[in-house]
Amino acid sequence: MDWKLSFDSLSIFFGVVILLVALPSALYSTGYMKGLYSRGRASFAQILLFFFVISMLLVVFSANALFFLLAWEAMSLLSYFLVTLDSHEEKAVNAGLIYVLMTHIGTAFITTAFLILYFYSGSFDFILMKETCLNLPLNIKTVIFLCFLIGFGTKAGLVPFHIWLPYAHPEAPSHISSIMSGAMIKLGVYGFIRFVIYILGASELWWGNLVLVIAGVSAVYGILYALMEKDLKKMLAYSSIENMGIIMLGVGGYMVFLNMQFPLLAVLSLSAALYHIINHAIFKTLLFLCSGVVLKACGTKNMEKLGGLIKLMPVTAFCFLIGALAISAIPPFNGFVSEWLMLQSLFSGAVSVPAELFGKMKVFLALLAGALALTGGLAAACFVKAFGISFLALPRSKKAEAGKDFDWTMKTPLIFLSSLTLLFGIFAAPVFKLLAKITADISGFKSAGSELTSGLLSLSPQGTFHFNGLLLVLLVLAVSIIVYIIVRIISRERSVTYGRTWDCGYYGLTARNQYTATGFSKPLRMAFNFILRPYKKTEKVRDSYYHVKSFKYEIFTKQLFTEYFYSPIIKRLFSFSESIRKIQYGSIHLYIGYIFLAVIFLIIFLKRF
Amino acid sequence: MKMLLQVILIIILAPLMSGLIKKIKNNARMRKGAPILQPYYNLAKLIKKDETISKDTSYIFKVTPYIVLTASIAAAFLTPFFFPGVRLFGIGDVFVIVFIFGLGRFFIALAGLDAGSAFGGMGSSREMFISALAEPALLTALFAASLNAGGSGIGSLMASGAVFKVSMLCAGLAFYFVLLAETSRVPVDNQETHLELTMIHEAMILEYSGKSLAMIELGGYIKQIILISLLANIFIPGSGWDLYIVKLFVVLVVTALLEVFMAKMRLFRAVDFLIFSFILSFAAVIAVVMGV
Repeated sequence: MDWKLSFDSLSIFFGVVILLVALPSALYSTGYMKGLYSRGRASFAQILLFFFVISMLLVVFSANALFFLLAWEAMSLLSYFLVTLDSHEEKAVNAGLIYVLMTHIGTAFITTAFLILYFYSGSFDFILMKETCLNLPLNIKTVIFLCFLIGFGTKAGLVPFHIWLPYAHPEAPSHISSIMSGAMIKLGVYGFIRFVIYILGASELWWGNLVLVIAGVSAVYGILYALMEKDLKKMLAYSSIENMGIIMLGVGGYMVFLNMQFPLLAVLSLSAALYHIINHAIFKTLLFLCSGVVLKACGTKNMEKLGGLIKLMPVTAFCFLIGALAISAIPPFNGFVSEWLMLQSLFSGAVSVPAELFGKMKVFLALLAGALALTGGLAAACFVKAFGISFLALPRSKKAEAGKDFDWTMKTPLIFLSSLTLLFGIFAAPVFKLLAKITADISGFKSAGSELTSGLLSLSPQGTFHFNGLLLVLLVLAVSIIVYIIVRIISRERSVTYGRTWDCGYYGLTARNQYTATGFSKPLRMAFNFILRPYKKTEKVRDSYYHVKSFKYEIFTKQLFTEYFYSPIIKRLFSFSESIRKIQYGSIHLYIGYIFLAVIFLIIFLKRF
Repeated sequence: MKMLLQVILIIILAPLMSGLIKKIKNNARMRKGAPILQPYYNLAKLIKKDETISKDTSYIFKVTPYIVLTASIAAAFLTPFFFPGVRLFGIGDVFVIVFIFGLGRFFIALAGLDAGSAFGGMGSSREMFISALAEPALLTALFAASLNAGGSGIGSLMASGAVFKVSMLCAGLAFYFVLLAETSRVPVDNQETHLELTMIHEAMILEYSGKSLAMIELGGYIKQIILISLLANIFIPGSGWDLYIVKLFVVLVVTALLEVFMAKMRLFRAVDFLIFSFILSFAAVIAVVMGV
């Protein structure tokens, strides 16, 4: 067993992402767990957290497949214990069960792939594996690729292997959710880049196409369900699926472009993916930590019970707003830059590939761009809902009136991460240069990297598209200052009076008259009902037959993949086990007979071969 | 300098577009109608008035008008109007314009929720609904145009838009439908209605008054002229500032006549409308790939 570590640029990049997420979350956790957990449990959680972060770092820095697997498994198990930290809650235990099951199915596939690779290379060392892969037969390569796709796709939460994610992330304590969403699921992408792109090599065009399809579906599917969710943390978990989809668009783009012999485009595409990885790490951590403050202060993460928090917890509300703007790809925040880059890489791909050879590819890329645009639009709707319903207007319940910001340990990480979202948006060009260098490093196209980074503004192969974050911010600032001054001068003598919200003369508008989260997403639920298949449950509480005291109305959406993919499989599995049970009669004589048969079989088997 | 003058001119001209549309509409209906300059009178009136703000609102409500207006003006700096190829396009390409509009929309939808009235919430919900569905059509149409031009920079887009092509006809039509939805016009929304249950954009800004309302309206006018100019300069063949004015006028007349002859669709019919627009823009992409 070889405990070798390697520090190449890809590993260092992911290491930085992990630390960028873990350090603020760790600081936050000291304040967060105070009062929520007993002291013993809190210190237990801190120790677990420490080892969890170490195991993630080992995953990234290990240079040996066996070592990698060990660290991977440690990471999965430690995060399982962290998810079930609230072990008195049945939901958390169930979530942990689904998580540990799915993650092990994934690990099984990764192990299989490693074993096949080992069979050919005779070593678990990454470099030796890479050399062997150069002359592997194609069908073996395909099997390995599919195993990696399922294995790492499960960790990354890609559709259809995503089902654990919306359960596990919200049930974990908030600082753990942030690390899981911000860093851990990214390691699925790390594994994919390391093993499929770096070691295996993207050999066939359809591999990349498959990844692109999965990525596009994940993006749209994730954000649709996020939009329907009224649980703040679950909504964020679904949105992680969306963002992993966007990241994988870049990775798939890399594979496709490489196959079509466009190294420049490939490097651009993968750089966009890396940019989105770091951006998503920042703003998703920020949003999860903010929702943790809400959860701790109000004791609920149900949007329908929140509202008016912007006045009670100004710092948290402001930071959540920044995060929401970033994740909705609003300029000049960081999410915008990476989504725009992703769009540009799809677009430059469509422009550059020759129509005679890859006409279908052009159309496919345009379709993906459309999916990306739909995702962006839905994400904006989703986060307008999340921020508007939870933080604006009037408190919807007594619980929401208890909202408050906590001490500096919980505020500092939020402010730190919010400023990072802005910085990564404004200084897009230097960040992109750095990422392009990393991508060029892994892919071996050094010239493509330097070509991409040579111009400050024009990022494209054609030099036809450009974006300058700094200039945009300066423009917006200048315009807003001028607008402000002009409006100030014109309206200096006008007074502002404060009155009631317009109520059509009803004179009794209360918090209950406000729009709800469920109501907000209703039009989109109707428009996409062929996917979401909403159904409602109503319940009347009666005093007597004639008097309905209260009326409960709840709307649910169906989980498409659970309903039509996992449930049938589980059902089959159970009925199969049922039928196998027949040979277990419970009679000791029968069992001795089985042993006897097994021995005879073994003797024949050994003799024969 | 030329750029700055152009943007100032556009800000001044923006309300005129709505005034013209109203006038054409009224004349088509055999009515006399309000004067063409009515939008200016309205803005002047609003600025003169005091403001009433709901006491339940937060600072989001107060900063939103500034952000909406700023976003529109910032987008105007990236848009071609009379002069093509003016420098300063270095800030971004045509896709950036779409994203900048997102900034204004995000805040205006939040402001709709801020006062805690059901109307505002309804407006925000519907606005985000429409815009989420319009987004793919809009970007795919621009994608098709950029594909046709071989780049998404404004300069190359304008150069290639000058020639007639079937693909650009499809893309332009799709873009026009999105324009109708984004500027809250018939058949998606109706600017004239003030019936609470049917309005979309107007419901969202119901709480605004005085200078804030004036800023939001001006922002809307600027957004409208930007979208119309993009349509005129990128999708409709012909180049030059004189032709630009002619194209602008044609778009206005068509829009006005459409408002006269069509009724507002039910909200959920708007889905079909926008999906049709997406399919058109996708067809445009296919046409570009085929080279027609």
